[in-house]
Amino acid sequence: MKILLVDDSRTIRNIQKNVLAEIGYSDVVEAGDGMEALSRIAAEKPDLMLVDWNMPNMDGITLVRKVRESDKTTPIIMCTTEAEKSRVVEAIKAGVNNYVVKPFTGETLSEKINQTLSKVTAQA
Amino acid sequence: MDVQYINPFVLAIKRVFETMVRTKVRVGKPFVKHDPCASADVSGVIGFSGDAAGCVVLSFPSAVAVQAASKFAGTAIDESHPDFADAIGELANMVAGNAKKEFHGMNVSISLPSVIIGKEHMVSTSRSAPRIVIPCETDLGSMYVEVGMSVEKPAAATAAVAAGASA
Repeated sequence: MKILLVDDSRTIRNIQKNVLAEIGYSDVVEAGDGMEALSRIAAEKPDLMLVDWNMPNMDGITLVRKVRESDKTTPIIMCTTEAEKSRVVEAIKAGVNNYVVKPFTGETLSEKINQTLSKVTAQA
Repeated sequence: MDVQYINPFVLAIKRVFETMVRTKVRVGKPFVKHDPCASADVSGVIGFSGDAAGCVVLSFPSAVAVQAASKFAGTAIDESHPDFADAIGELANMVAGNAKKEFHGMNVSISLPSVIIGKEHMVSTSRSAPRIVIPCETDLGSMYVEVGMSVEKPAAATAAVAAGASA
């Protein structure tokens, strides 16, 4: 299971990596914005993506739309401070599978990751 | 600035620090900032634009910022560490994002964070919106949150944020 973390904050990526390690996922690749993420996706073919919304160069919602033009199945979890219902709806319409609002606890993030992967496995 | 827009920031600072920094925040009585020379050693700044324009500033004495960043990152980092500014900026980002979700019916965007590090610096903005200071006490020490925001009518055209920061 290869997981791509897309967030312009290295602190957040480190926190996410620690949570992932605790639940048994250590194959992690990282990107600091949407543009870098597109290159990473092409090269690394991740099995799951955690994507921030507000980032320089290309934001997360644009990234999700671009990914979904050609890939309808790789699960994407939006992990962002954007907490309004309208934003959540916008993200779901763009194609995210789950949504985590910052600030988050390790428990919340691991729950959402497990929930997302379980749903994807069940649908396969 | 209507006081109803302050409460979301009070709730946000408590929520963000209790969840991500694992420290309780005791909020004092907010007041209008008259003294333009109030200073801090580390500030995280986020701009707002859209139906509300302005900025929120998280300001810390150096020792408090170092402890907050370290607890947030889960490892000891000092001001010279490459992740220090990143951590402070992300805390400001979370406070701003968390507060704006309470602005029901308004379309507000937040900027990417800016972080100013420099002993006893001052953060000023080019907009004349009054600045409200929310004093905060934590187990790590004192800090404060400044909010300067002008709220447009919900149907108003998007206004550009004008937040300039100087150290």
